[in-house]
Amino acid sequence: MAEPVPVLECRNLSVSYFTRAGAIPAVVDFNLKLMPGEAHGIVGESGCGKSTVALAIMNYMGKNGAITGGEILFEGRDMRTMTQEELRRLRGSQIAMVYQEPMASLNPSMRIAEQLAEVPLYHEGVTRSEALARAERMLAQVRLPDPQRIMNSYPHQISGGQQQRVVIAMALLSKPKLLLLDEPTTALDVTVEAGIVELIKEISATFGTSLIYISHNLGLILETCNRLTVMYSGEAVEAGDIRTVFNTMRHPYTRGLFNSIPLPGADKNARPLVAIRGQLPLPHARPEGCYFGPRCDHFLAGTCDRRPLPMVPVEPGSSHNVRCARFRDIDWERAKPKPIERAPVTAGGIVLNVEDLTKHYTVESGALLIKAKKTVKANEKITFRAREAETVAIVGESGCGKSTFAKVLMGLENATGGKIGLGELDLANLPVQRRDESTISRLQMIFQNPFDTLNPSHTVGAQIARVIKKFGVERDPRKIEERLYQLLDIVKLPREFAKRRPRQLSGGQKQRVGIARAFAGDPKIVIADEPVSALDVSVQAAVTGLLMDIQRENRTTLLFISHDLSVVRYLADRVVVMYLGQIMEKGTTEQIFSPPYHPYTEALLSAVPIADTNVKKRKIVLQGELPSPSNPPKGCPFSTRCPYVMKGICDTAPPPQREFAPRHVIACHLDEATLLAMKPVITIEPATIEPQTA
Amino acid sequence: MLKLIGSRLLQMLLIMAVVSLVIFAIFDSDKFKKQIAVAELGGFAVSALSDQDYQAWLDRKGLNVPFYDRYFKWVAGVARGDLGRSYEKSEPVSQLLAKRLINTGMLAFWVFALMVPLSLTLGIIAGMKEGSVRDRAVSFIAVLTTSLPEIATAIVLTVILALGLRWVPANSAMVNGWDWRQLILPVLTLVLYDFGYVARMTRASMAEVMTSQYIRTAVLKGLPYRRVILRHALRNALIAPFTIIVLQLNWILSGVVVVEVFFQYAGFGQLLLDAALFGDVYVIQAATLVAVFIAVLSQIISDIGYTLLNPRIRFS
Ligand code: SF4
Ligand code: SF4
Repeated sequence: MAEPVPVLECRNLSVSYFTRAGAIPAVVDFNLKLMPGEAHGIVGESGCGKSTVALAIMNYMGKNGAITGGEILFEGRDMRTMTQEELRRLRGSQIAMVYQEPMASLNPSMRIAEQLAEVPLYHEGVTRSEALARAERMLAQVRLPDPQRIMNSYPHQISGGQQQRVVIAMALLSKPKLLLLDEPTTALDVTVEAGIVELIKEISATFGTSLIYISHNLGLILETCNRLTVMYSGEAVEAGDIRTVFNTMRHPYTRGLFNSIPLPGADKNARPLVAIRGQLPLPHARPEGCYFGPRCDHFLAGTCDRRPLPMVPVEPGSSHNVRCARFRDIDWERAKPKPIERAPVTAGGIVLNVEDLTKHYTVESGALLIKAKKTVKANEKITFRAREAETVAIVGESGCGKSTFAKVLMGLENATGGKIGLGELDLANLPVQRRDESTISRLQMIFQNPFDTLNPSHTVGAQIARVIKKFGVERDPRKIEERLYQLLDIVKLPREFAKRRPRQLSGGQKQRVGIARAFAGDPKIVIADEPVSALDVSVQAAVTGLLMDIQRENRTTLLFISHDLSVVRYLADRVVVMYLGQIMEKGTTEQIFSPPYHPYTEALLSAVPIADTNVKKRKIVLQGELPSPSNPPKGCPFSTRCPYVMKGICDTAPPPQREFAPRHVIACHLDEATLLAMKPVITIEPATIEPQTA
Repeated sequence: MLKLIGSRLLQMLLIMAVVSLVIFAIFDSDKFKKQIAVAELGGFAVSALSDQDYQAWLDRKGLNVPFYDRYFKWVAGVARGDLGRSYEKSEPVSQLLAKRLINTGMLAFWVFALMVPLSLTLGIIAGMKEGSVRDRAVSFIAVLTTSLPEIATAIVLTVILALGLRWVPANSAMVNGWDWRQLILPVLTLVLYDFGYVARMTRASMAEVMTSQYIRTAVLKGLPYRRVILRHALRNALIAPFTIIVLQLNWILSGVVVVEVFFQYAGFGQLLLDAALFGDVYVIQAATLVAVFIAVLSQIISDIGYTLLNPRIRFS
């Protein structure tokens, strides 16, 4: 039998963007061979060139981008020599793409039926009614309920998960040979993401479509792909079979990435994460020789700072390649970074006591003439406590009410009912304008987006100094300056950063400033709302580590709001799981991550992708979408998606709260025996082939 | 939507009431009254008039009652459909206004008929490929023609087309009855002045749409370029310029003054200027009402059109 032709082959592909400052190479010397039916992952952080690769394959690089070298072969034909018309016939029929932002990728003023039908209409010349019929069938195949209704909708009328399914349906309509997925689930909630990932896997199995899956999330790639390329600063640094790379990675950057993501088994005290130091180089400021050099522990002058630095096979003839001059010299077993162990912290007395906190909004809705008033139950009877020096994580997906809770706590919104006890004080109905300085200083916040919360026209130093002055920590200008430098030291920023303005800082550095500002007033409680989710993976670990060190030092209570269970497992002492404004389960991290589970916690745990080949997960994929908080289901809020739902009970009466161990509460109708009989979702199989690297 | 229209109309009535009252107050001065007397009786006769006779004249004209009395009388008249009489032209205002509005309407119609297709086409062509030669050419012309004041454009056109080439008459007074050739210069002047603005807005809107992700989706779906432009880009790109075009309706009412006066075209703008200089208060009042009405009307049309063009608003 003849050797099968690869669906796609990139040979020494280079892509540059041309700006006024000159040509900036975005992708350098990129190689990839994709066989029929194969799924290839491309992983990397922002700016590593992974999306550029996808757009280069599509030959769509805008007016200032161009392929400057190498070739892209689609089924053996060089795409660079194709005419515009030939390219057009390939796009959408042979090669299709799914994008990161489903809402933005769909035309806002065209009905979905029209946008879907175009594909067969223009590629296969079928009749209009045939095209529409195919579109509707495809919508059913991507598991959209009520395809008829979706067909007649405009994109903004359906949810984000549904939009992404529409985009996938659109991509599949002409049965493409190759499907490019560019961060297809990044904008979605994790339980919705799990459904889409499941769908993508099914598709490649049923249609035999080859996939290129681009993501920053190693866990997702492990779940979806056979092979993988790790990119750093425009270059592939390691490529190979997915299990080989995960188990025996041979590039210091890949190793660094794995060390900096919280895998099960990592622990903030015994086995803390090890961050990669420094930050990604800007494309026009890449170092000589190895681009990873300045951040690499194995850097050797004279070897690592010269070019060429080709991709070479790890073993002769193997398909596992790395771009590192010293990978043979590194003792991969011994060179594991030694995490610095820390003693566990004992929690102190109760500092925050939230009791039956309820927050309802009324919103006006309705089109054109008819107006209706609706109540959104953003928070419903939230009860929990937080102790000194404790980290309490509040977990949930969009619409679960975690941000509303933070707003009420900060005094930006008044509660509808219940109370928030901070010492003797009830904060539930004390707006921030009526709180005194000392109350405000006791309660500080770190935001998700460091970009929006810093004033662009003031220097970093001035902004921190203002907080120090305002809360009366220091009054003497010299003392203030001293304190300012001390804070910069704590967040590990150079002192001269005091004179910089926010736009001169990278994302990670801004978040450090955000942390310094939050801690400037010696707060008792710090609320961190997704503090690292906007940052690159390699920077996340550093920022989380820092946050925990300061907290440990000051015995601060940290309320950590997040959707990311991996991070939560790693750093939280206690966890509160929320769904549509209500607490579903709360307990210690131990209790939450092991049975008995609340059915929602169970599904959430199963949905989080884990980048570890030794981890086995029980698969629970939820059907449907998150209900809107303005129209929650009756009874148990989870009843529309719960695999255990008992008709007649769950959808009528609110579930009872039961305590399974001291302070481990589950709100569910299931009888105790069923809950207690649940099996763990995540199990770590003993390593058989290779010792676990992280 | 109906609620919105209702409130806009209410707003309109309120503005009309306030503005007309202010106008009455302003034109209540002795200077304007005397001016009217001069116009009616002749300058010589007025200066010969004794104070008593002048008062008697004012009495007869109903001018020596406080302005708010006159105002209320006028309002009552308007409610009955009587807009009063012009002092200057001794004609019922409604007749006078109707004639002038028809003339200006004619002018506006042709301006729009030429300007809208021209500016949209040029704007779309320019915005399709940002930075291309076509784009830069269109942008240059658009900036140039818009930055010239109307009066300059009018002079240049007159010199070239009427005095130089003698293709069209330089004067648009139409003393010998309706003549379409006399319409050409005023229309051209207004189109030249106005199209650049709309074209630039369309260009910006189109250029933005072309960089959007859904256009990328459409291209990467393998649709022919024509389809991408006509079906995917155009409608979204026209939302912004549509509003602006409708608001030009409003602009043209004031924009015509210069052109009408320059070409002596008997339109609404000229009427307004004459009346203002003369103190012909009933004409001014009526003209103001028309202007406010047009302003509100164009606002309403643009609201409705915007909603219809944009499903995100229609269904939210
Ligand atoms: S080439 Fe040198 S600097 Fe680069 S990754 Fe390898 S050891 Fe580190
Ligand atoms: S109460 Fe019913 S619907 Fe809710 S989580 Fe428990 S079993 Fe599921």
